[in-house]
Amino acid sequence: MRNVANIARRELEAYFLSPIAYVAIAIFLFLMGYLFERILYLSREATLQYVFYNMTTVLMLVSPLLSMRLFAEENRAGTLELLLTSPVRDWEVVLGKYLAALGVLALALGLTGVYALVLAVVGQPEWGPILTGYLGMFLFGASLLALGLLTSSWTRNQVIAAFSAVVLILFLWVIDALASSAGGPLAGSLRYLALSQHFEDFLRGVVDTRHVAYYLSLTFLCLFLTVRSLESRRWR
Amino acid sequence: MIEVENLTKFYGPARAIQDVSFTVEPGEILGFLGPNAAGKTTTMRILAGYIPPTSGTARICGHDVLFDSLAARRNIGYLPESVPLYTEMTVRSYLEFFARLRGVRQVATAVERVVALCGLEGKEGEVIGRLSRGYRQRVGLAQALVHDPPVLILDEPTVGLDPRQIAEVRSLIRSLGGSHTIILSTHILPEASQVCSRVLIINNGRIVAEDRPERLAARVRGEQQILLQLGRPEPESERLLRSIRGVRSVSRDGQGRYRIACEPGAECRPAVAELCVQRGWQLLELRTQDVTLEEVFLRLTEDTVPTPEVQA
Repeated sequence: MRNVANIARRELEAYFLSPIAYVAIAIFLFLMGYLFERILYLSREATLQYVFYNMTTVLMLVSPLLSMRLFAEENRAGTLELLLTSPVRDWEVVLGKYLAALGVLALALGLTGVYALVLAVVGQPEWGPILTGYLGMFLFGASLLALGLLTSSWTRNQVIAAFSAVVLILFLWVIDALASSAGGPLAGSLRYLALSQHFEDFLRGVVDTRHVAYYLSLTFLCLFLTVRSLESRRWR
Repeated sequence: MIEVENLTKFYGPARAIQDVSFTVEPGEILGFLGPNAAGKTTTMRILAGYIPPTSGTARICGHDVLFDSLAARRNIGYLPESVPLYTEMTVRSYLEFFARLRGVRQVATAVERVVALCGLEGKEGEVIGRLSRGYRQRVGLAQALVHDPPVLILDEPTVGLDPRQIAEVRSLIRSLGGSHTIILSTHILPEASQVCSRVLIINNGRIVAEDRPERLAARVRGEQQILLQLGRPEPESERLLRSIRGVRSVSRDGQGRYRIACEPGAECRPAVAELCVQRGWQLLELRTQDVTLEEVFLRLTEDTVPTPEVQA
């Protein structure tokens, strides 16, 4: 576990030594701030429900920016060779890097907490759905980052890593559209697989284990595949 | 300290190394010598635990690099050929990171020690990306040494440095021998003879020779070589020289000098001198020449059977 902490710490340092974390957070806050203002102005409701709705789209654009460099950069610079010849297990490297990315996501989400405070000043928001909404956004973002981590381990080019992540995310987002044409029992499974089918309950203040399980299993699957992807050097 | 047995590695159908076996005793500096693409980097990557061999075994301090990989990796310091660095970090935080990752307890002391050892004083606070090539190489070396490992694996540690830096790095490596077991690869021959206590020549993925540098040279040197320069050579000089007892071959080099190779153990100089005086060739220079490691190397790497890949 100490190795995981070491790697996570270095990765966080790297995020803020390069401009990427600042750029990603700035884009995220700029878009979210604009949306929050518009939504509040038009709806005049003390709720973040619609803001969270739009946040999913912004997260789909921003999270690949955070995940793209994690392994692609190490592949390019050759530093992965040093990391993997140090006495650390492959999964410790993967987990350490992932936790660092989660940290940046948590920071970005935390900064939007200002919106809730604004609502508290101008009205009486219901805190339950806001808290579960944040939980849903965190789980949603966490699975996007895991997908991005996986695509980052496939290449030494950050642009390709980010682009493949966006494609994969969009595909998983709309996969339920196939459900209507598939029909039968397959339709249900396809609908369950879609990223877009699992966050709405959180925004209404409901924490359903089915949805929590979906995001967590997607995350674990991606982390597992990333470890295998690192190990693939062994049979190449 | 390092035991390698019948190591073979294929990348798909391409063979990188075949049946490589050697051992390195504690405190030894083993030079891994070979032309580019001979299999040096592949062997080192296997020893460092980065890629597994297709067959064969390698042990570091008794730990198998495949089945006891973590323990083996704990005992090595590795400098890959490309000198990978996190260019956005400072020298100090880079070294601290690897010290912690390799389980060093007194991180600050360990970093201070390698900073002094590798001549990085005053550079600790600098961002690695702004350092010159020579300093980056030293940071790479410091990274391999920071946890004071008993075994060092250095892949072309002097490549890309200027002559003074090369001399510094070589003397640093020499000073580490004795207390560390070192494998270093190079394609520069004088480096191997200056730094290493034993040299292993590898070509086309196979070991073609293994000995102390001076003994390797002696293999070819058993036959003495004479360098002869004449002021007034005749067309038949070459033929006449060849007829001297004990002379095996005569050739002329680019500057018109004669290069006379003698049978092992034969002393041909008196006869050569006498012949020159007799024929009035004006003897300008007559001396024996050391067979350099360079010639040994060329001889040994030429003689090896071409590999199937080359034929295909």
